[in-house]
Amino acid sequence: MTDASLATSGAPARKGKSLVVPDARTKRRNAAETRFKAYGVAAIGAGIFFLVVLLSAILINGVGAFQQTFIQVPVYLDPAKLDKSGNRDPEEMKKVSTFGYSPLIQDALFAEVQAQGVDTPLDSAKAMKEMISASAAAQVRDVVLADPDLVGETVDFQILASSRVDGYLKGRVQRADVARDKNINVEHLDLTDALREKGIVARRFNMDFITGADASESRAEQAGLGVSILGSLFMMLVVLLLSLPIGVAASIYLEEFAKKNRFTDIIEVNISNLAAVPSIVFGILGLAVFIQFMHLPQSAPLVGGLVLTLMTLPTIIISTRASLASVPPSIRSAALGVGASKMQSVFHHVLPLAMPGILTGTILGLAQALGETAPLLLIGMVGYIATNYPDGVASGFLDPNSAMPAQIYEWAKRADPAYYERAWGGIIILLVFLMVMNIIAILLRRRFERRW
Amino acid sequence: MTTVKLTASALAIAAVSASAAYARDNVQVAGSSTVLPYASIVAEAFGENFDFPTPVVESGGSSAGLKRFCEGVGENTIDIANASRAIREKEVAACAENGVTDIIEVKIGYDGIVFASQINGPAFSAFTPTDWFNALSPKVVVDGALVDNPYTKWSEVNAELPDVEIAAFIPGTKHGTREVFEEKVLEAGCEETGAKELLEAAGMEDGCIAVRTDGMSVDIDGDYTETLARIDSNQNGVGVFGLAFYENNTDKLKVATMDGIAPSTETISTGEYPVSRPLFFYVKKAHIGVIPGLKEFAEFFVADEIAGPDGPLSDYGLVADPDLATTQGIVADEQVMGSNM
Repeated sequence: MTDASLATSGAPARKGKSLVVPDARTKRRNAAETRFKAYGVAAIGAGIFFLVVLLSAILINGVGAFQQTFIQVPVYLDPAKLDKSGNRDPEEMKKVSTFGYSPLIQDALFAEVQAQGVDTPLDSAKAMKEMISASAAAQVRDVVLADPDLVGETVDFQILASSRVDGYLKGRVQRADVARDKNINVEHLDLTDALREKGIVARRFNMDFITGADASESRAEQAGLGVSILGSLFMMLVVLLLSLPIGVAASIYLEEFAKKNRFTDIIEVNISNLAAVPSIVFGILGLAVFIQFMHLPQSAPLVGGLVLTLMTLPTIIISTRASLASVPPSIRSAALGVGASKMQSVFHHVLPLAMPGILTGTILGLAQALGETAPLLLIGMVGYIATNYPDGVASGFLDPNSAMPAQIYEWAKRADPAYYERAWGGIIILLVFLMVMNIIAILLRRRFERRW
Repeated sequence: MTTVKLTASALAIAAVSASAAYARDNVQVAGSSTVLPYASIVAEAFGENFDFPTPVVESGGSSAGLKRFCEGVGENTIDIANASRAIREKEVAACAENGVTDIIEVKIGYDGIVFASQINGPAFSAFTPTDWFNALSPKVVVDGALVDNPYTKWSEVNAELPDVEIAAFIPGTKHGTREVFEEKVLEAGCEETGAKELLEAAGMEDGCIAVRTDGMSVDIDGDYTETLARIDSNQNGVGVFGLAFYENNTDKLKVATMDGIAPSTETISTGEYPVSRPLFFYVKKAHIGVIPGLKEFAEFFVADEIAGPDGPLSDYGLVADPDLATTQGIVADEQVMGSNM
C-alpha cells in the first residue's frame, strides 16, 4: 500500500515517461511480487515434499506388518501324548500343556520336510523349533480341546512361522547377520527357501494384526492391535458421552444466557487457556484425582477417557461457541418475535442450525484425543501388555487396557526388530482411523452447513 | 436432553461404583522393565495353559513396582512385584508398616549386562573394568596421584583399544542396570587402579561411582532402544545393554568381552562373566488363596519347562538359575522372607 501511495505522490517525477515501459521502481516492485510468489510455491512444495516423505516412509516400513508368513503342515495328533487315558475327556486332556504340544508340531514339520524330499542338513525334529512360532502349540491345543475327537487323526494346520523366518522373507533378516544370531541359523533360511518353493511356507494377509491381541516379546509374529483398538474405542465412548453434553451445555449457557460481566470474561479466558495446556498436565491431574484420590482402577479405559475428556472439553466449547455465534441474530429475533421463549428459540432454532459446526468440532476433538499418548503414560496405559480382550461392556471400561498410540509406543520400545515393523503398521491403522474421522467431519460440514 | 442426563448419570454411577464393586479375578503384576518381557512370556503361556485369565503385567521400574506392592493388602493392590534387584530393608519396613508382612522372594534367574558397539564401528572387542573406570571417572590415578581425568580417547586408556574418542552410553541413574554397572564395573576398576584408597583419603566416599560430566559419557534414561539409536548414529559409541536385547539385535551390534570372558548364558550361569545380576519377583502371601491363580502362576513361573535352561525364558535371554529346584521349593512351601535366611 505504501508503495502505491509513494507512486502517486511521486507522480510528478514521471513526467515525460511512458506508462507502458516500466521504470526501475515498477520493475523492482514486480520482481518483489514474483519473488514472493516463488517463496509461496517453495513453501507449499516443501510441505508436500515432507508429507510425501513421511507417508512413504510409513508405508514402506509398515506395510510388511500386514503380511505374515505361515507354514502349512499336517499335524498327527498322537493319542499316546495328548490323551493317555483314551477317555477323550477335555478336562483330563487340559493337563497336557502347550509344552506337550510343541514336539508334535516339530515332528510334523520335520516329517513334512522329509516327505517333500527337501535336502537339508537339519536332521532332527528339534532343529525345527526355530522355524515355528511359539504360538503354534497353543493354536493346536485350542483346536484339540474344542474337539477332542480329532485326537488320533492328522489335521492340516496353518501355523505362524517364527519372527526370524518371517523377517527373512521380508528382507529384514539378512543371511550375513544370522551367523551370530542364536535364534536362527543359515540352514533354517535355506530350508525356508526350499519350503517356499514347494508352497508350504507362504506369506499372506494377516487379519490378526488388526484384530489380534498383543503378545509377549518372544512372539512378535503373533501380536496384533485389536485389543488396544477396543481400548481406544471405549475411551472415545467415554469422551463422547461426557464432553459433548457438558461442552454443548456450557457453550449454550455462556453464549446465549450468561450476562457479559467480569466473571464470564474470566471463564472465557480460562477456557481458551485450557485449550493450550499441554496434555501431560491433564495426565498428572488424572493420576492425582481419578487414581490416587478416587481409587479408580489403574490402566482402565474409563480413566483414560475421563482424562481425555478434560483435554477435549475446551476444544469442543470453543468450536461450539463459534458455531452458535455464527447463527445470525435475526433467527433468534424472529423466534422471540413469534412468541417463543428464550430457551425455545435456542433449542428449536439456534442449536439445530449450529449442529453441523458442533459435530465437526466434536469429531476433530475426538480425533485429537484418539492420537494422544502423553496423558496415558501417567495413568498406566503404557507399559501394559494388552493380551486380554474385554469380556463385556463393564469390563471394557474398567479392565486394564492399552490404547492405539500407547501400543505403538510400546512396540517401538521392544527388542525384537519385528516389533519395530509392527509399530509402523500400527501407525498406518491409527492414521486410517484419523483420516476416516476427518473425512466424516468434512462431509458433515459440506452436507449441512448453511451460509447466510 | 433426557438421554444425555441418563448417560451422564449412568457414567457417574459407574465411576463411583467402579472402585467399590470391582472383584478381581486376575493376577496383577508390576515392576522392573527388565523383568517385564520374561513376566509377559510367562503370563501368556499361563493364560494358554490354565483356566485362569491371563495375568496383567505392567512395567514401571523396580522401585515403582515395589512401592505399589507395599501399598497394602487387598484387591486394589498388586499381587506380584518384579524387581531387577533384591528388595531393600527400607522397602521391607515400608511394606510392614502397611500390613504387608509375609513376602515370598522368588529368584527367577540371572541377567547379563553386555558392552556392545556398532557392528561396522571400530574394533571394541575386549574391555576390563579398569578401562571403563579410567574412561568414565572424573578422577583417575596417574603415576600414583589423583588427577582430573585426562583421557579423551579409548587408546589413551588402554593401548589395545581403538584410537577413537570416548563416547559411552550408560543407563541413567533411575535404572536398576546402572546400579550393577557401578558396582561390578566402576567399583571394580576403582579398586584395581588404586583410586579407591586415594579417593577415600580425599574424603570422597562415593568418588568411585561418579561419572565424568564433560559429555564423553551420556546417561540414557530411556530404554535400550534409545541406546541402540545413539550407537546407530555414532560409529564410535559404546553402549551398555541387557544380554537379551543384544541377542535380538546381533545384526546391528557387536559385543565385547569383559576381563577376557565373552558374555553368554553359559559364562553368566557359571559366574565367569563378571557383570550379571539376579532377577526377582515378590509375591504377597496374603493374596494366595484370595486371588485365583496366584500360586499357580508363581509355580508356573519357576517350573523347569519355563525357567529351566531349555525353556522359553532362556530362549529369550534369561540365564537359568542352576539352583532352580530350591526356588521351586520356596514357592511350593510358600516360604516367606526371613523365615529361614
